[in-house]
Amino acid sequence: MIRHLPALLVIVPLLTALTVSALSWVAPRLCLPLTFGCIGASLASSIGILVEVIKSGPVVYTMGGWSAPVGIVYVIDYLSAPVLVVVTAVALINLIASSKQIDRDFSDKKGTFYTLYILFVTGMVGIVATGDAFNLYVLLEIAALTGYSLIGIGHERAPLSSLNYLFIGTIGASFYLLGVGYLYIATGSLNMADLARFMAMPEHGTSTMVMFAFIICMTGLFIKMGLFPLHGWLPNAYSYASPASSALVAPLTTKVMIYAMIRVGLYVFTPAYVFGRLQVGGAMVWIAVAAIVFGSLLALAQKSLFKMLTYIVIAEVGYMVGGFFLGNRMGITGSALHIINDAAMTLCLFLAAGAITYRTKSDDFKDLKGLFHQMPFTMTAFTVGALAVIGVPPTCGFFSKWYLIIGGIQAGHYGYAAALIFSSLVNAVLFFRIFETAYFDQPGDGKGHHHGHHKHHKHKNKMVEAPVSMIVPLMITALGLIALGIYTGDIVTHVIQAAIPGGIA
Amino acid sequence: MITQTVFSSRPLVAVLISLLAVPVLLSCRTKDIRETWTFIAATLKFLVVASMLPLILAGNEIRFTVFDVLPGLPIAFRVDAFGMMFALVSSFLWIITSAYSIGYMRSLHEHGQTRYYCYFALSLSATVGVAFSANLLTLYLFYEMLSLATYPLVTHHQDQEAKSSGRTYLFYILGASIALVLPAMLFIYAKTGTLDFAAHGFMGGAFSKSTLLVLVLMLVFGFAKAGIMPLHSWLPAAMVAPTPVSALLHAVAVVKVGVFCVARVITGVFGSDLLLSFNLNTVVCTIASVTIIAASLIALSQDGLKRRLAFSTIGQLSYIVLGVALLSPYAVTGAMLHIVMHAFGKITLFFCAGAIYAASGVKNISQMVGIGRRMPYTMTAFLIGVLSVIGLPPCGGFISKWYLVLGTLQADKPVFLAVLLVSSLLNAAYFLPIVYKAFFCTDEEAQFKKKVDEVPIWCLVPLCITASISVILFFVPQPFLKLAQMGVQAFIGG
Repeated sequence: MIRHLPALLVIVPLLTALTVSALSWVAPRLCLPLTFGCIGASLASSIGILVEVIKSGPVVYTMGGWSAPVGIVYVIDYLSAPVLVVVTAVALINLIASSKQIDRDFSDKKGTFYTLYILFVTGMVGIVATGDAFNLYVLLEIAALTGYSLIGIGHERAPLSSLNYLFIGTIGASFYLLGVGYLYIATGSLNMADLARFMAMPEHGTSTMVMFAFIICMTGLFIKMGLFPLHGWLPNAYSYASPASSALVAPLTTKVMIYAMIRVGLYVFTPAYVFGRLQVGGAMVWIAVAAIVFGSLLALAQKSLFKMLTYIVIAEVGYMVGGFFLGNRMGITGSALHIINDAAMTLCLFLAAGAITYRTKSDDFKDLKGLFHQMPFTMTAFTVGALAVIGVPPTCGFFSKWYLIIGGIQAGHYGYAAALIFSSLVNAVLFFRIFETAYFDQPGDGKGHHHGHHKHHKHKNKMVEAPVSMIVPLMITALGLIALGIYTGDIVTHVIQAAIPGGIA
Repeated sequence: MITQTVFSSRPLVAVLISLLAVPVLLSCRTKDIRETWTFIAATLKFLVVASMLPLILAGNEIRFTVFDVLPGLPIAFRVDAFGMMFALVSSFLWIITSAYSIGYMRSLHEHGQTRYYCYFALSLSATVGVAFSANLLTLYLFYEMLSLATYPLVTHHQDQEAKSSGRTYLFYILGASIALVLPAMLFIYAKTGTLDFAAHGFMGGAFSKSTLLVLVLMLVFGFAKAGIMPLHSWLPAAMVAPTPVSALLHAVAVVKVGVFCVARVITGVFGSDLLLSFNLNTVVCTIASVTIIAASLIALSQDGLKRRLAFSTIGQLSYIVLGVALLSPYAVTGAMLHIVMHAFGKITLFFCAGAIYAASGVKNISQMVGIGRRMPYTMTAFLIGVLSVIGLPPCGGFISKWYLVLGTLQADKPVFLAVLLVSSLLNAAYFLPIVYKAFFCTDEEAQFKKKVDEVPIWCLVPLCITASISVILFFVPQPFLKLAQMGVQAFIGG
């Protein structure tokens, strides 16, 4: 059974998506349970594979028995297994948390929404699982097209921002495809492991075509992950979408693209080529520094919750790109660890923001007054998420930052270390500004007022918490942030260290 | 002296007791039950801490590793004489403050009392966590936990003043720790591969003098809870908090955590030999001296009683930093003792300030003329607190200051002796007039009737207890003197 799990991870959701689509005409009430069952099963199998990988090493599956390099292989190794778990877990948690939101926002097209939801997850899972550079493109497009739709079926400005995303995203995907094409011309292979072998040959190491393939592949991925200055599509797409969509797309897309970058960098072009021969590390880290600084500063300029979160996502992308291109073990460890941690952090914050907008119908900062009294559970989870983003121990955000900063110091790249510290400080300002509004101000106040501390405002502070189906997944995510932090040691020693090739010091 | 290592989970238990008290406090239905649980938690915590005292006094060291949070870098506890001393004081004073809180919070009908007791319990967990940390990472974890747990206490009133004070508070405390301590810690870890406190530091000879200087400055200023100027402004701002918070947290727990961290870093990370060989300790001494004098001068001009106390605290905290940085055996003994002596003296003063406010609504010193007629017990306790903070017999503060003075001579740095003496005079100048005016004034000047009208017993008893202990400590400075001497033995082997 375990042997077939990699294939089932993609095939089962693909077929379920079709079934859900058909069911939406016949028995729309069954759509949610079926979707839930499908993603739940994916999560269970991902965990199964992760355990298997930790126990006995990478799992390789050849599609249809056609062996590599001719056929398509799925490779679940130390790098992909944890990301698979993250992808499916995020999808499942968000599905539960958003079910009420989905009912409200898409009452007449729930079937469509669930179909797209599953297909998106299929694409993401496939990107992570595949061991074939071209297959990655196909799955990238599955995830992207469904992503555009998920975002586009939001309100008012969502279709336009989705269209913008579509244009830029398609350019990104085409770039990647073009890069793979050049690589195929140069080597005659599309299998990742095979390509990595070719890269060891001197004629490929010095080939201009391979270098161009690298540049254009990576640029495509950078566009897709919203790396500054290629981030223009991201803020509107994520903030105008329905919270049910953005809490899925925002934590996953950027993180899975980072995964793809690490995968292509380490296992296609190989570290010796990327860090040794090309020497692009230094320049890329400076771009990452710019992403961190600009992302943080732009986040400061926002006046609504979702917009602010999207700019934090842009800064976090800078964290991970920078960590990877430091090219040392600590930096890449931090980058890979941050895929997991940041997905969880982003999910937590987007879910909390979703719960808030579900109640207040607005995510404008001025509408967050008194929320600590009205939505204590949501705000508690939001606080944990915020502390993780700021990087306060023992939340997971602290520990990925730990690796990234040490990576920066060891690489002698103090600008990167300073940028991370700067970003932490800005994040502290960002979130405590929200805490102040939510803790001190009373709803309905025009501006600051003085209420003597003996007075109670019980009548204004009635609890109007989000539905239980939102709170429970949100709380689980928040606890997860602390658990991930506490178990950092295990995650790093048992999984991530093994995911990084031995040659990297 | 040979130290033996005992492995025991008691340090962890001591930290967890008040953490576990939080859900209990949240679930309490009536305030009586809630406050009973606060007492139970506080007493249990003190007993667990105290139960380790005999082992420590016998020359042992208690260690407990919780788990490796990063490979090779655990969350770990280590109880030594210095940490023991600090934990003992803060957990004991939690009991007293809990009693005082009941009187204060009830008589002022404060809102959100459950939240208040919960965050108080959290703060104490963090404080003892800092005291028992075995490495810089654990210390940093609890330090940040304390910063965040005290924020809702500082901003308890939830009005505009609390909001802006809370902002100042976080800006300095959280900002400094993220901007200065975190990078310094990571740099040290990246270069040395360890963060475990060692008796004589673990930095070795791998750093140049300028690098060391930068690291020392980052860590000394980064632990902004120590209130070293110019990162002191949060403390006067934090006085907006209810008085029991100011009393326990901003005279004992939080601020002493700051100096404790500075002391730990100076002794356990850099080590006396390294600092002395580069003469870097003089830099720290100078910084502390500037703070001592400047804070005392500013205190003279403060009319708000709590603000005057706050500036006095800033000055006194730097006594401790100065003592540790002198790195002579007497000076370090004095510094450690000063943590204890100042704690009892200053908490008494804050209790009195709160009692005056709760009984009469007066906050400013200029309105306290003749208050001794109305509140004789409170003001007598106030006098004792004042004597202790100035460093006069028969109060505990005398002993610590005595050792500090001896320490400056032992370190052959008479300049700092002058600093201590000038500062003591200034202390007297800003404190004694309050007491004098409270008791000795003409009937026309007096702003209070002669009738005795004291605060509720829940407020009065705690402040009498702390005042009495201040006096008792002068005669019986044990076990703190012993602990301080053992700490010195471990750190500089003098």
